[in-house]
Amino acid sequence: MDLNLIQIILVLVVAFLAGVEGILDQFHFHQPIIACTLIGLVTGQLIPCLILGGTLQLIALGWANIGAAVAPDAALASVASAIILVLSGQGEAGVASSIAIAVPLAVAGLLLTILVRTIATGIVHIMDRAAVEGNIRKIEIWQWIAITLQGLRIAIPAALILIVGAGPVRALLEAMPAWLTDGLAIGGGMVVAVGYAMVINMMATREVWPFFAIGFVLATVSEITLVGLGIIGVSLALVYLALSKQGGSGSGGSGNIGDPIGDLIDNY
Amino acid sequence: MAEEIRLSKKDRIAIWWRSTFLQGSWNYERMQNGGWVYAMIPAIKKLYKTKEEQKAALQRHLEFFNTHPYVASPILGVTLALEEERANGAEVDDAAIQGVKVGMMGPLAGVGDPVFWFTAKPIIGALAASLAMAGNILGPIIYFVVWNLLRMATMWYTQEFGYKAGSKITEDLSGGLLQDITKGASILGMFILGALVNRWVNITFTPIVSSVQLSEGAYIDWKNLPAGTEGIKTAFEQFAAGRALSEVQVTTLQDNLDMLIPGLAPLLLTLFCMWLLKKNVSPIVIILGLFVVGVVFHLLGIM
Repeated sequence: MDLNLIQIILVLVVAFLAGVEGILDQFHFHQPIIACTLIGLVTGQLIPCLILGGTLQLIALGWANIGAAVAPDAALASVASAIILVLSGQGEAGVASSIAIAVPLAVAGLLLTILVRTIATGIVHIMDRAAVEGNIRKIEIWQWIAITLQGLRIAIPAALILIVGAGPVRALLEAMPAWLTDGLAIGGGMVVAVGYAMVINMMATREVWPFFAIGFVLATVSEITLVGLGIIGVSLALVYLALSKQGGSGSGGSGNIGDPIGDLIDNY
Repeated sequence: MAEEIRLSKKDRIAIWWRSTFLQGSWNYERMQNGGWVYAMIPAIKKLYKTKEEQKAALQRHLEFFNTHPYVASPILGVTLALEEERANGAEVDDAAIQGVKVGMMGPLAGVGDPVFWFTAKPIIGALAASLAMAGNILGPIIYFVVWNLLRMATMWYTQEFGYKAGSKITEDLSGGLLQDITKGASILGMFILGALVNRWVNITFTPIVSSVQLSEGAYIDWKNLPAGTEGIKTAFEQFAAGRALSEVQVTTLQDNLDMLIPGLAPLLLTLFCMWLLKKNVSPIVIILGLFVVGVVFHLLGIM
């Protein structure tokens, strides 16, 4: 499907915001569930993009910038895959193949982030000189230039995809045989595990593994909704905290640092 | 000095807002330093009137800084308190201010990363994603509102807390409340993760283990049903009574696995991914690998 000028401008605005947020990590416009939905909203394809955003969000659950490490780039992955989904005109049917495209894009976005973060090194040196001059305004302006660069990091690739246009993108997607798209959809069902695995690796201790097991088993009861599971989880946490305090000095709380299953996995 | 200079609430709100852009000029040399000085600028303008003092303050706050972007707020608060003392003539030297910043950024990043990135974000994200995947627009709205309320409130209140507690904040953080919150959050997080691994990692094995010819009376005999709506009624009655739909009962590998416990394969896959990650295999490699596995296994008829 083709977009009119206003839609193109709005898509680029969303792309810019996503790029800015990709570094700031504050409002979370770069999270797939927000970015894809916004692109769907401005292009009039809300529902397919919404579903794409939700699905990508699950994959990106554990992606986080920690310390100096850079996570796969959710911003480019969500913006570009949503644009491709919209241009392909396939609606909900195109979600699975758009996700398969999103993952390589996340890697490409990672490289662009590293590039901009390197450029920013030069920018803070300009700030250093401004500080010596006592020029406050100049520091502020360069802060904004740095932020703008991060926005362009996503807006420019988005514009490129829009320029290349619906034709080649659709041709690319339609050229994909059924075994490939079906297989990718099956793969998509599994990659979610990677995000969970990253989060579990961070949170797991000997103390909290039993709660993982309880959650896993209760989830097999399909009558319990996620909200229901959430309530059970909160209650369990409160009960545990209360009991471990009552247990009094020593025995309950402190000695339990460790991660047996993690150790097992380590040693295997 | 005749009168003491104090930062007003308006100043502190301006700094709180500016700290949103803490990571804007994130760079490989001194990381969040540009955003930090950008956030401090309202305080520097207010506290220091001479050009020389301002220059010194700007340079002082362009030093290396890096922490979790939300928990930078209490550090900002403490630093504001210190700068205020200094501007009012107290003996607070550059080393003390830099020491407080560096001393706090490590431990606080250790709190911010697990609480926000590994607990709050996955839980809110997963709940919102489940709504979005069902085509419910409330998903992204809930995510956006809940996340930003949580973030903005955390940043404002911890900045105020830091400002009021001044240099004592580092001791307060070792108190019990924060530990309880961290532990409670990780219990809830692991519980939800267990549930999500089961429900949302999809693996279905399609190979047929057995096809058994059922004996007469165990399946619905479609050819000999009464005609018209009466036939439909009879079929439903027989189905409700437990009769099979066709005369051959097909059992797939998945049916057998589900008899142990549904979700066994997703659990094993998740544990395998954890192992790969601990062996420092890049998540991107694992993701791409799983797509390849999906395609290959589909072609082989396994999935």
